[in-house]
Amino acid sequence: MRIYCTDMEGTEKELVATEEWSVMEIIREGGIPILAQCGGSCACATCHIYVDPAWKSKIPEPTEEEIGMLDGAFEVTQDSRLACQIIFNKNLDGMKIKLGPGSI
Amino acid sequence: MTGNMEQSPISTDAIIIGAGPVGLFAVFELGLNDVKCHLVDILDRPGGQCAELYPEKPIYDIPAVPVCTGAELTERLLEQITPFHPHFHFGQMAERLEKTPEGKWRLTTDSGTILEAPVVVIAAGGGSFVPKKPPIKGIDAYEGKSVFYSVRKMEEFRDRKLVIAGGGDSALDWVINLQPIAKHITLVHRRDEFRAAPDSVMKMRALVAEGAMDLKIANITSVLGEGGMISAVELHDEHKAHHNLACDRLLAFYGLTMKLGPVAHFGINLHENLIPVDTATFETNVATIFAIGDINTYPGKMKLILSGFHEAALMAKKVFAYIHPDRRYRFQYTTSSSDLQQKLGVSEAA
Repeated sequence: MRIYCTDMEGTEKELVATEEWSVMEIIREGGIPILAQCGGSCACATCHIYVDPAWKSKIPEPTEEEIGMLDGAFEVTQDSRLACQIIFNKNLDGMKIKLGPGSI
Repeated sequence: MTGNMEQSPISTDAIIIGAGPVGLFAVFELGLNDVKCHLVDILDRPGGQCAELYPEKPIYDIPAVPVCTGAELTERLLEQITPFHPHFHFGQMAERLEKTPEGKWRLTTDSGTILEAPVVVIAAGGGSFVPKKPPIKGIDAYEGKSVFYSVRKMEEFRDRKLVIAGGGDSALDWVINLQPIAKHITLVHRRDEFRAAPDSVMKMRALVAEGAMDLKIANITSVLGEGGMISAVELHDEHKAHHNLACDRLLAFYGLTMKLGPVAHFGINLHENLIPVDTATFETNVATIFAIGDINTYPGKMKLILSGFHEAALMAKKVFAYIHPDRRYRFQYTTSSSDLQQKLGVSEAA
């Protein structure tokens, strides 16, 4: 299974995705630099990504805590999420995401 | 506020940079080895990431502590190191490290504190916590002149047309504190909800209701001005409309991020912003400078608090040899050694 991640320079990279891993871990394992300073505990906003709108309906809504943490990210839009809070499953095979400001 | 006046040097045995869990436990291990410590941390309190990022989040992998929060772990470590009377220098960044003519290390902080010791232990985790800067093109030219990420002197904002950005406690505290002296304040936040003390939110909303300040729900997308002096910020609201808001000062509070900072210029080897160490002693390539916790790297390294504790114990053994060259290192257990128990203040004789 795969996800497609566009980095801050605009280059898209295909990443091998593992079920039950967070999207943050998949990005990091795939060799794309991502700060993720708190290590994936929804305690910072340094894994800010944009999820392609076509895929948003397949992902559970963000928690209040995640929405709050996004206050520490920049250029937050309706598509903004924290990559550590999205757990990959087979329904997300092929998902497209883009790194957001503050993630590198 | 501390000035930049250099103060007279304080002498100690070991300078620890970073008062996170690993820096705190280093005090314990060094203390058992009769090594006295001073700690420097850029945060205004102990705990490092445990205090700043996850004070209320549970930690489950501390041996024999099935669960504790970041704040609890910090409290317990502070209690554990009390017998060794560590000295803390909070709210200061370790800025410069140099050798004195006597061969000691002299560390100078950005507040002018000078510490001198034969040994330096870097336990700086992910680096220094510094304010996040918004990725706005050209904002650097305004920083320190009309754009600020912290308040050093409130007078800087007297009679100013001020924009404060952010939605947390820092943003709201400064809205409330500066509102009486500023000419006008507009708080800009991306959504109409605030992650701050309910009392502060209430006070801010009351000021808005009275017409004493403005609240705009928007993102700041650019800054306008000349020669470092801001004249307006461009706002982008949820309807994707852009408009300019005139101001002469911007204070932005988007939280903190970790940067390696001046440690990069201390003259020790770095590998991808981490400090390689010898795993027998946790000494860096420079003798008498040690690195423990998340900031070091070696084959097999795992960034766990647990690893940092282990590293502190091995580091302390080598530091003992530097500080007490005339004494023979003696391996002892706290359970059975009356010597160690005396140091901990728990011996029957004490």
